[in-house]
Amino acid sequence: MKIKEIRDLLGAEVLAGEENLENDVTSACCSDMMSDVLAYVKDQGVLITGLINPQVIRTANMMDMLCVVFVRSKTPTDEMLELANECGIVVMKSDKRAFEASGILYSNGFAPKTEDGNV
Amino acid sequence: MSDAVKFHFEVDGSDFSSAGAASVMVKKKLRQLGYPPDIIRKVSIAMYEGEINMVIHANGGTADVEVSDEEIVITLSDRGPGIPNVELAMQEGYSTARENIRNLGFGAGMGLPNMKKYTDSMKIDTVVGEGTTITMTVKL
Repeated sequence: MKIKEIRDLLGAEVLAGEENLENDVTSACCSDMMSDVLAYVKDQGVLITGLINPQVIRTANMMDMLCVVFVRSKTPTDEMLELANECGIVVMKSDKRAFEASGILYSNGFAPKTEDGNV
Repeated sequence: MSDAVKFHFEVDGSDFSSAGAASVMVKKKLRQLGYPPDIIRKVSIAMYEGEINMVIHANGGTADVEVSDEEIVITLSDRGPGIPNVELAMQEGYSTARENIRNLGFGAGMGLPNMKKYTDSMKIDTVVGEGTTITMTVKL
């Protein structure tokens, strides 16, 4: 699925990385714990979170993620958006809650990947 | 054999918002140098976890990355409180991070085990009351 389709499914507003909306992603994860994202996540293209700090973008960058969706209308800071633009990460915000946003993506073909890469 | 490429960073322990910035820089440099994505990911995740730990637990320190033909060595040194029980600290889920750190999305007790997982070797030299030096190697 293209990142712009995620935007449409979640009714989200794109805040950074607009030039990368055509990139394809197939998997996603949802967490406010960046420690867990670093420890348990593998090859996920999208991070869904309600946490606001620069480490969210840095963590996504470390994990080679392509898109961060902030839920519950959480608004990232200018510093975060600048960092995301530097890293080529698409950032969007949605008024949906994390559970609902995850459910919408899951029911549209997204799934988490396990350590060995299986869906 | 070509000369090793070296990077040195001072990690500011007083400002959590900058934690992880050195790792982002290293990732960018390694990409520019053309290293394979899986190597870059291992190095950057291991360094990032260590850098965050230095800010959370040790009021910052220094981070050095040395890239040679055979390996990438990451050395993280701090003058923090030291690790009283390394074996316990290496257990997944064990954390001494306070609630305020958990609210920032860290402190799940996965940092050190993750650093070991993503590197080919990891050595912890620590003295309680003096500080900790962690040396990690990723083979090329």
